[in-house]
Amino acid sequence: MKKLINNVDDIVKEQLEGMALAHPELKFNDEPRYVWHEPKQKQVALLSGGGSGHEPLHAGFIGDGMLTGACPGEVFTSPTPDQMYECAQKVDAGEGVLFFVKNYTGDVLNFETAVELLHGDDVKVGSIIIDDDVAVKDSLYTAGRRGVAATVLLEKIVGAAAAQGQSLEQCEALARRVNNQARSFGVALQACTVPAAGKPSFVLADNEVEFGVGIHGEPGIERREFTDVKTLVEQVFSELVDCPDYSRTLREWDREKGEWTELETTTERFDLDSEYIVLVNGLGGTPQCELLGVYREFALKCKATGYNIGRQLIGDYCTALNMEGFSITMLKADKELLELWDAAVNTPALRWKC
Amino acid sequence: MTIEKSQILNWLNSCADIFAKERDYLTQLDADIGDADHGINMNRGFERVKDKITTIEDQDIGTIFKTTGMTLLSSVGGASGPLYGTFFIRAAAAGNGKQSIDLNDLCQIFSDGVDGVVARGKAQPGDKTMCDVWWTVVEALEKSKDEGQDLQQALVAMGEASEKGAAATIEMQAKKGRASYLGERSIGHQDPGATSSMMMVKALRDVVVGQA
Repeated sequence: MKKLINNVDDIVKEQLEGMALAHPELKFNDEPRYVWHEPKQKQVALLSGGGSGHEPLHAGFIGDGMLTGACPGEVFTSPTPDQMYECAQKVDAGEGVLFFVKNYTGDVLNFETAVELLHGDDVKVGSIIIDDDVAVKDSLYTAGRRGVAATVLLEKIVGAAAAQGQSLEQCEALARRVNNQARSFGVALQACTVPAAGKPSFVLADNEVEFGVGIHGEPGIERREFTDVKTLVEQVFSELVDCPDYSRTLREWDREKGEWTELETTTERFDLDSEYIVLVNGLGGTPQCELLGVYREFALKCKATGYNIGRQLIGDYCTALNMEGFSITMLKADKELLELWDAAVNTPALRWKC
Repeated sequence: MTIEKSQILNWLNSCADIFAKERDYLTQLDADIGDADHGINMNRGFERVKDKITTIEDQDIGTIFKTTGMTLLSSVGGASGPLYGTFFIRAAAAGNGKQSIDLNDLCQIFSDGVDGVVARGKAQPGDKTMCDVWWTVVEALEKSKDEGQDLQQALVAMGEASEKGAAATIEMQAKKGRASYLGERSIGHQDPGATSSMMMVKALRDVVVGQA
């Protein structure tokens, strides 16, 4: 393994130290580990976190108009409740704290524990599960759809709403709506190498892709033959637009009662009247020229089938270390979502109108 | 015969040594059906436990378990952090104020522990999780208790039960955690969490009874 790493055990710490040096407006606490900034105005604090290795997610999205804080875990390993607990107390401005949690068992269990701890300290806290990966077909026999690149769109949109002064309840409702209107699907051409493991998580032949991968080097739903980019993007397009309604039970924190409640909720249908925010996301090891080629095929396919792309973002935003491949996210958007998307944002990895 | 506090401390230290030794093996099991970090996480967590318990050696068994649980909760990460953390925090109740435990206590400790894990992770029998080991272990302990076996016999039976529980996960299809996304492709692999649980159970047997 050839890596720009001094010591495998220090990779997360040194990365965050580098980030704090490059972006002095971000503050980094190492024990327990979290990154935060002080928003210009008093607002709902938005906090996310998850395993490292998905950079720029999440710490790269801290700043005005997006996240207030983030708790990075070890590579591909969920952070621990003490991190969220202390970070939440640090960033809470009295307007409440909202957690964005990608739907992985580890993240969910650790964030749930943190929610319970904060509730015990009278912090007004809410928690949103993101589960946009349509590669996972059922929720009955699995831990449910995974949270992947729609997280970026959700953090941007709810970040804009929080910066405009929307309440914790409004931010929660908005986040749930975005989550139910977003779908993602990923494909790997080659696996990533987890530094502590030292070798690729799986090996693919030149004519194979792992279809329906997540963002951790875990195998996808199936191995498919790779012929060309057009065919592959069309397959991904079908997965995104043809997928049936998805109902699942999501746990929500009842702040009044101080307990978890189960809410049955269903994804929104796509239609040809809406505009879509499209994210063609590199998984870490894919050249920009290939991602733009993917976007070209996708845009042509949308045009041919009558789907309107209202906004687009192409690049590495929700990665899996050095995995070669991409994911595509479609978010069905209305005027409100498009305006929130267009609002000013000033973070290390996403920046406009500022 | 009882399990003394010194043996509980030896057990936790022995878990740390085992996870240091089996780190790569557990990580490889996890690479097959998960995200290749289980051995690394257990190693990190129990190294921390090993450091931490030197400061509370004079406390009762309940406090030692609670501290172990809190330490795992804040150092393991992943799903196994809250699950093993909750296991020890819940297990602590039956060890409160005690300097030694008997078979009844051990039964209660493991059964409370696994109840805590189920409350957090919602696993059901056959879901291919660490609970498939703990249930088998608790069942074996209950059986030993009902049959009037002594502690030594019970621990030997417990060790065998843990191996059976872990091996049984090979043929199961994962319904929880990262491995569940593989569907049928998860069949044929032993569950990493069930394996680390088995290692902990066997370590207790080995510390108290001697190597089987």
